Amino acid sequence: MTAPALEVRELAYAYPDGRQVLYGVDLTIGDGERVALLGPNGAGKTTLVLHLNGILTPGHGSVTVGGLPVAREQLLEIRRRVGVVFQDPDDQLFMPTVAEDVAFGPTNLGLSRETVAERVAEALAAVGLAAEADRPPHHLSFGQRRRVAVATVLAMRPEILVLDEPTSNLDPASRRELAEILESLSLPTLIVTHDLPYAWQLCPRSVLLDEGIVVADRPTAELLADEELLRAHRLELPFGFDPRVQPATP
Amino acid sequence: MSSSRSDGLYRPGTSLIHRLPAHVKVVAVLGFVIAVVATPGRAGAAFVAYAGVLVAVTAVAGIGPRFIARGFVVELPFVVFAILLLFVAGGEQIQILGLSISREGLADAATLLAKATLGVWTSMLLAGTTRPQELVAGLQRLRLPRLLVETLSFMVRYIDVVADDLRRMRIARDSRGFSARGPRHWRVLASAAGALFVRSYERGERVHLAMLSRCYTGRLVLYNDRPATRREWLSAALLPAVGAMVAVAAWVATS
Repeated sequence: MTAPALEVRELAYAYPDGRQVLYGVDLTIGDGERVALLGPNGAGKTTLVLHLNGILTPGHGSVTVGGLPVAREQLLEIRRRVGVVFQDPDDQLFMPTVAEDVAFGPTNLGLSRETVAERVAEALAAVGLAAEADRPPHHLSFGQRRRVAVATVLAMRPEILVLDEPTSNLDPASRRELAEILESLSLPTLIVTHDLPYAWQLCPRSVLLDEGIVVADRPTAELLADEELLRAHRLELPFGFDPRVQPATP
Repeated sequence: MSSSRSDGLYRPGTSLIHRLPAHVKVVAVLGFVIAVVATPGRAGAAFVAYAGVLVAVTAVAGIGPRFIARGFVVELPFVVFAILLLFVAGGEQIQILGLSISREGLADAATLLAKATLGVWTSMLLAGTTRPQELVAGLQRLRLPRLLVETLSFMVRYIDVVADDLRRMRIARDSRGFSARGPRHWRVLASAAGALFVRSYERGERVHLAMLSRCYTGRLVLYNDRPATRREWLSAALLPAVGAMVAVAAWVATS
């Protein structure tokens, strides 16, 4: 049996000031699986994300990516394998042009200039922004910037994609365009969000994190139908939304 | 939402001068300005010649005089200093409009103003025909220290973001009835500046995290530049070459 794309075991973490955020998180994501990580503000979602590519070092427990443990000696390889898209694209896009920003990751991997150029073209095509390659990021719309942020990690050919609140500040059309892109990529993906309909649309499985532990790990439709569970963890479905009714597939 | 503040003074265009690589332009501008500065003040005709050269370049670049004139605002402190010179310099005094003015001071002030004006004019030509990002890449090609290039690059990228932060904070403040009218309000302005600093600092940390996540190891590679062709070097060299000839001629004529 091959190793799962991502395996988190008994992960616990306290910040240097003593504030404990994670209390033993277990999470496994299989090949090609799209999973939503749900939870209210302050549940520890972002802290968990920062462990997945070794920005934070666990106080206890372990993280392995495709069988490779997250450890100091192989941080570069881990960060290549785990593509993290952060919440604010302005934090992620810092180079003068879109193409240079997408080239940033592959260049750090020590690839040749030609290979980097291929990767950039490929990644921008995957998010439908090939035409914007030479524009400065601040000239793009917010939705486009979010898609460029996705391209910046795709260019590193990651083995798992992690998106932190991918729909925040997106208008409905940008939201749909992003969903289409994510569906077109056959990559294992972890979507961190409290946008419950988005989780339902994209992820067959959802994990609910609160107060530093996993409180539920179920099929998304089933989890969202459990009103009591949602209420207990400060999650709410939008008005009029009923997860028991399957939408007609177009 | 984002305006094009960080395009700086750039005027879009397709002239020969717009198309020259940034590092070539920087070298040409530097050479020309050195020639101007090295010209003896007594050689009035030389400054007219320089101005003629710049008029020609401005016309080729398709840049309007009004845009160049905007740049002269930065010259104001020099103007003040030049006026001061008229009165404080020693030597022979002459009477103009009933004021006693030093002849030497008048000559020095005129030289100072001429050189400053030509320098600003040349800089405005560079700024008007070169995007800030290109300028940064050009400076990198000219082997400016890496840390400076990277700092400039981040500044160009984030100046809009920080300005937007500031604008939103100002709107939120004004929406609650605030208007800065006097020293009483300085405290509010100071804490706004502090908040902006903290925000930018925190953003810096988040950017760094995002960079680390993409395998950053301390070396930023800017690709957005290209080597210049021999032709481009030659056409750009015209400006400092003419400048140098005028400067030499001026030295010969006044010695």
